[in-house]
Amino acid sequence: VSVRYLSCGDTAFTVEFGNEISPEINGRVMALHAAIGRAKEAGDLPGVVETVPTMRSLMVAYDPLAASRADLQPRIDALIARGLPTGLASRRVTLPCCYEDPEFAPDLGEVAKRTNKTVEQVIAAHLASAFKVYVLGFMPGLAYIAGLDQTLYLPRRSEPRVRVPRSSVAIAMDMTTIYPFESPGGWHLIGRTPLWMFDKRREQPVFLAPGDSLSFQRIDRRTFDRIAREVDAGTFDWATLVKA
Amino acid sequence: MSAALKVVRPGLFDTLQDLGRVGFMALGMPTAGAMDRIGLRLANALLGNPPGMAGLEIGVMGPELLVDADSVRVALVGPLSPALVEVPDAPPRPLDSNRTHLLKRGQTLRVGMIDGSSTAYLAVAGGFALPPFMGSLSTYARAGVGGLDGRKLGQGDALPLARGQAPPGDERKLAAPFDYGSGPIRIVWGPQEDYFSAGGRRTFVESDYRVSKEADRMGIRFEGPAIAHATSVEKGGADIISDGIGPGAIQVPGAGLPIVLLADRQTVGGYPKIATVASVDLPRLGRLLPGQTVRFQPVTVEEAEKLRRDQESRIARAIADFRVARPPGGIDLARLYEENLIDGIVYE
Repeated sequence: VSVRYLSCGDTAFTVEFGNEISPEINGRVMALHAAIGRAKEAGDLPGVVETVPTMRSLMVAYDPLAASRADLQPRIDALIARGLPTGLASRRVTLPCCYEDPEFAPDLGEVAKRTNKTVEQVIAAHLASAFKVYVLGFMPGLAYIAGLDQTLYLPRRSEPRVRVPRSSVAIAMDMTTIYPFESPGGWHLIGRTPLWMFDKRREQPVFLAPGDSLSFQRIDRRTFDRIAREVDAGTFDWATLVKA
Repeated sequence: MSAALKVVRPGLFDTLQDLGRVGFMALGMPTAGAMDRIGLRLANALLGNPPGMAGLEIGVMGPELLVDADSVRVALVGPLSPALVEVPDAPPRPLDSNRTHLLKRGQTLRVGMIDGSSTAYLAVAGGFALPPFMGSLSTYARAGVGGLDGRKLGQGDALPLARGQAPPGDERKLAAPFDYGSGPIRIVWGPQEDYFSAGGRRTFVESDYRVSKEADRMGIRFEGPAIAHATSVEKGGADIISDGIGPGAIQVPGAGLPIVLLADRQTVGGYPKIATVASVDLPRLGRLLPGQTVRFQPVTVEEAEKLRRDQESRIARAIADFRVARPPGGIDLARLYEENLIDGIVYE
């Protein structure tokens, strides 16, 4: 595996595995992310502060008072030379999603029209997609989740919305996402989950993690309301969403 | 009895900050933290606090704080002209900055405007009694986390103090304001300098760039000559597959004007980054005001690391060089009596 080292000043560098999006490249990124995490825990990489995985690269942040680029780069090279197994065991996560209420899915009709499908076929294609969480970023808990069924690929909306409600489930390009906060957004809104992708009351405020395999489960409005009440009260059992 | 500083009148953008929420960028959580780590660190050192304890970062104009505790020792660091109202309705008495002050119950501290910097710091001996979020008290207002309810101070807020009264000891001051340097801002090329033409890179390091009004904790948008991308913007020359954003990353979107990303920056982004500010000069960026002009000067990674280590030595020397602060007008008799310092005291 050949990588490029890109400088990010004297507090970070980026290990770039490729300039394209592919499961193989991202698999190596996640494997190095995990390998550095293990080495750090074992005390083998003093000065490394944290790593930031993306689709095709890993940023390594370090403390220039505790380590130098010249020390660290050969150590990262050695970790890569030891081999980066792709296809690491990942969590399998299922998220409930309500597609039914027009308030939750204002773009479902337009997506159906533009993809020459019925609304039900759009929902079925979203449910059948094999999603994987590639990157979290831009906002805490905002996940870029690729693997959307190819027949649903659409560019972003030409007119972004000023306000997208929290927990909206949206699609654009080859991805789906879930808005962790109310925010502006240009993706197509096709449903809503009663879950919060960022909840500061939880010990792990961000639910999704890079590497997660993900699918959606269709729920009706009554189930949505029941789960929403539990999430709001802090009594929802998040462990039920995860299979090892 | 609870001890607090009560916000009689808020400043413009006062937030609690420590040295940042590290370790969660992989979850999309920005580090936040002090825009000028040196200012916060000196304020903590003056008080004998740990270097990374959270203090109040004052943005442009500071608050008016009523002491609701037996006593509290505060350190003010930065170009401030604070004033103290000792009893209600009395005329305010000016205080010096870059030193500690012992404040008593019922007194009101007016922090006021900062002169020539966008940030300054107020720390308290013993720190604030607030729960950390993900290991840090740094306020990140976009997600509403850290500090006091995840937001800037507002009228009527009470900042709970960990100590009900000030620890015994002298007031201390800096021997001189810390010298942040005045030459060009040092940068390291990359991570995507190859997305810019040779002429574009030359423009970047040979032109003056002015801080625009769009400058906040997230970053600074500069105005000046446009930097040419290597490939036309129409053909995707200003788009990359998103990658990580380090502190001080200088991204250049299609319009060609540089944006330096600071404490509250997002963790990943899709614009090419021509260069990254060397960590030695990040505190200077954190103090810039709209209208100020800078130049950027390239250094190597090794030079940047060395500049940072040298700066660290200068900070350590500044701390070793703290002086006992002489009270205004010479000997503070009231305090001498109060603290029974009868065996002679020598200032400086």
